[in-house]
Amino acid sequence: MSTLSGAAAIVGIGATAFSKASGRTELRLAAQCVRSAIADAGLSPSDVDGLVTFTMDTNSEIAVAREVGIPELSFFSRISYGGGAACATVQQAAMAVATGVASVVVCYRAFNERSGQRYGRVQAAAAQQPTSTGVDNGWHYPMGLGTPAATVAMFARRYMHEYGATSEDFGRVAVVDRKHAATNPHAWFHGRPITIEDHQSSRWIAEPLRLLDCCQESDGGVALVVTTTERARDLPHRPAVVRAAAQGSGADQYVMNSYYRPDITGLPEMGLVGRQLWGQSGLSPEDMSAAVLYDHFTPFVLVQLEELGFCKPGEAKDFIADGTLELDGRLPLNPHGGQLGEAYIHGMNGIAEAVRQLRGTAANQVAAVRNVLVTAGTGVPTSALVLSA
Amino acid sequence: MIRDVADQVIARGESSRRAAPDPVNVPMVRHWVEALGDRNPIYTDPVAAAASVHGGLVAPPAMVQVWTMFGLRCTRPADDPLGAMMSVLDEAGFTSVVATNCEQTYHRYLRPGEEVTVGARLTDVVGPKRTALGDGWFVTTVSTWYVGDEPVAEMLFRVLKFRPPAEEPVGDVLRPVVSLDTEFFWAGTRVGELRIQKCLACGEVRHPPGPMCPGCGSTELTHVVADGVGEIYSYVVHHHPPMPGKRLPFVVALVELAEGVRLLAELIDADPAEVRVGLPVRVDFQRIDDELTLPVWRVRS
Ligand SMILES: [Zn+2]
Repeated sequence: MSTLSGAAAIVGIGATAFSKASGRTELRLAAQCVRSAIADAGLSPSDVDGLVTFTMDTNSEIAVAREVGIPELSFFSRISYGGGAACATVQQAAMAVATGVASVVVCYRAFNERSGQRYGRVQAAAAQQPTSTGVDNGWHYPMGLGTPAATVAMFARRYMHEYGATSEDFGRVAVVDRKHAATNPHAWFHGRPITIEDHQSSRWIAEPLRLLDCCQESDGGVALVVTTTERARDLPHRPAVVRAAAQGSGADQYVMNSYYRPDITGLPEMGLVGRQLWGQSGLSPEDMSAAVLYDHFTPFVLVQLEELGFCKPGEAKDFIADGTLELDGRLPLNPHGGQLGEAYIHGMNGIAEAVRQLRGTAANQVAAVRNVLVTAGTGVPTSALVLSA
Repeated sequence: MIRDVADQVIARGESSRRAAPDPVNVPMVRHWVEALGDRNPIYTDPVAAAASVHGGLVAPPAMVQVWTMFGLRCTRPADDPLGAMMSVLDEAGFTSVVATNCEQTYHRYLRPGEEVTVGARLTDVVGPKRTALGDGWFVTTVSTWYVGDEPVAEMLFRVLKFRPPAEEPVGDVLRPVVSLDTEFFWAGTRVGELRIQKCLACGEVRHPPGPMCPGCGSTELTHVVADGVGEIYSYVVHHHPPMPGKRLPFVVALVELAEGVRLLAELIDADPAEVRVGLPVRVDFQRIDDELTLPVWRVRS
C-alpha cells in the first residue's frame, strides 16, 4: 500500500458562477473561488501555505495569495498539458501535505475560457511557440489539424473503424451528461436535456464529431482545499479522502496528437493512471460508486472506460448501452452533468462534484457513495483520483 | 427541376393583380420629388399644372413602382412568379442575388386619385450560366401597372441568382516551427521529396523526426526519400471553425506509408464522402511560398 493513499483529503470546495461572460478578470475569479473554498473548509487564508494550479492558468500563485490574503507560501507548483493537469493538482497537494512540505494547499483553476481565449479555436500562438511542443505542432497545424475537436476526431475515426462504434454510441454519453445537467441548478444546461435524435441531427464540427459531442466553453473558477486526513477530522465537512492519485504519460506521447503509436484506439496514458489507482487504493473498478470522467469530447469517455478496466477494449459501446451510466445504473457517470452539461472548468468542477457526492450534498445525489473515480483531460498526459468517504 | 418549375410558372402567365394601398396622391408625390430634387411644377403646383399641356396635376411616371411597393410587413402573394422562382433557386444552392436589368415603359401620366394595381409574369429563365460572380440563372419578369383594365406602365426586371463561390480561406497557412532537427524534412518538400528520418546506427526509420534515435540513442541520423505511397489510417473532415489557409470543409488524413511510418497531411481534390480508412493515396506537394511547401495527399487510383 502506498504511503500517499489515505494521507490527505479534500476538505473544502469553492466555485464562482459558471457563465459565458463573467465580466470579471480571471484573477478575480481565482481569488473568489479560492476564498470560498477556504471558507468552506472552515479555515482562514492565513492557514494556507501552498498553492497549485495549471501551467495554463494566467493567475500567478503570488497574485492569488496577495488577493486572498494568504501571507506565506512554502509550496507552489504547476502542472502542464491543459486539462490533463486537473487531478494532478490534487496529487501535488496531497504529496505536499503528506510529506509536511505544506500543511494546507489550495488547488485552483480560473479562466474566461468563453469570453476570453477560447481553446476550441485554432491556437495559432501555441502552434508557433519556439519550443519542442511548437516543433511537434509543425507536423499537424500547417496540415490543417489544429483544433481539439479535430485532433480527437482523428482517434475517433480509427476507433470506429476497428471496433464498429458509431456516432450514436458517442451520442449516448452526451445524452446522459445533459440528462444529469438538466436537474443540476448550477449547470449551464440546467433544464435542457437532449435526445439521441438531437445529437444525431446536430451539425458536423470535425467528422466524426458533431456539435453535441463537444463540450461547452465556460467562464468560471473552481478551487479545492487539501490537508492531511488527520487534520481533516477537526474540520466541518466529511473529508473526501485521497485514496489514490496518479499521473500518466504514455510511450511516444504527444499533446493531442499521439498518432504514431502502433495502435491509436486507446489512451495508454490513462491505462497507466488506472493501474496506479487500483494499485495504490487496493480497490477495483467494481468498487466505484460513481465516475466523473473527463468529457471534453464524447469518444474519449468510451476509451477511458476501457483503459480504466470497466470493460475490454472496444466494448465500451456495449457497456454503456443499457442504462449503466444513469444515476441508478451500475456506474453513474458525471452526476453534475460533466463538462458537456455543467461547465468546462478544465476538469476541476468534476473533482468538486466527487467531493459533494462523498459528502452527500450533490444536486443529483447517488445512493450510498463510498468511492468516486475522477479523471482529467484526455489525449494529453493526464491524471486521476480515487476519492473515498 | 429548375427548368420544369420555370416552364410551369411561365405558362401560368400573369399573377393576380395587387392593389396599391393608397390612390395616387399629392403628398407622396411631393416627398418623392423633394427627395429626388425634381422641380418640375406640374407635379406639385396646381396653377402651373393647370396651365401646362396636362391641364392639372400629374404624378411623375418614374414613381409607378412606388404606388404598389411592398410595405415593411407585407408578404409576397402566393402566385408571385419571382418569389416562386427565387425559392426554387435558393434550394438548388443559387442563394445569392444581384439585379442586372430594370427597364420601365410608361404609357401615360397618372393623376391624383387614380387607383393602381399591378400584376407580374415570368417571361424568361436562362441558365446555368458561368458568370464572374459564380454559376447562376438569369430570371426575367415583366410587371404591368393598370388603372382599371388599362395598362399604364410596364417594367422588365432581370436578376442573376448565383451560387456563391466556396468560402475563400481566411488568413495564411500556419507555418511550422522548424528546428535544426527537422529542417531536412522541409528542405525536402521544397524540392518535391518526402524525407523520412533514418538512424545511421541501427537503421530505424521514424516520423516525426527528432535529434536522437529512440531505438539506440544514436545522434548519427540521415533520411530516406519515401516513395510517397500509402493508405489512409484515419481521417477527419473538418467543418468548423475556420482554419487559416484552408477552404472549408477539408479532409486531413493520417497515412501509413509503405516505409512503415505515419504522416499527416491534407487530402486534396477528394470528395469527403468518398474518403475511407484504407484508401490508397500518394504524396504531392503544395507550394505556399519560397520558404514553405506542404506535403499533401491525393487519391491514388
Ligand atoms: Zn538507432
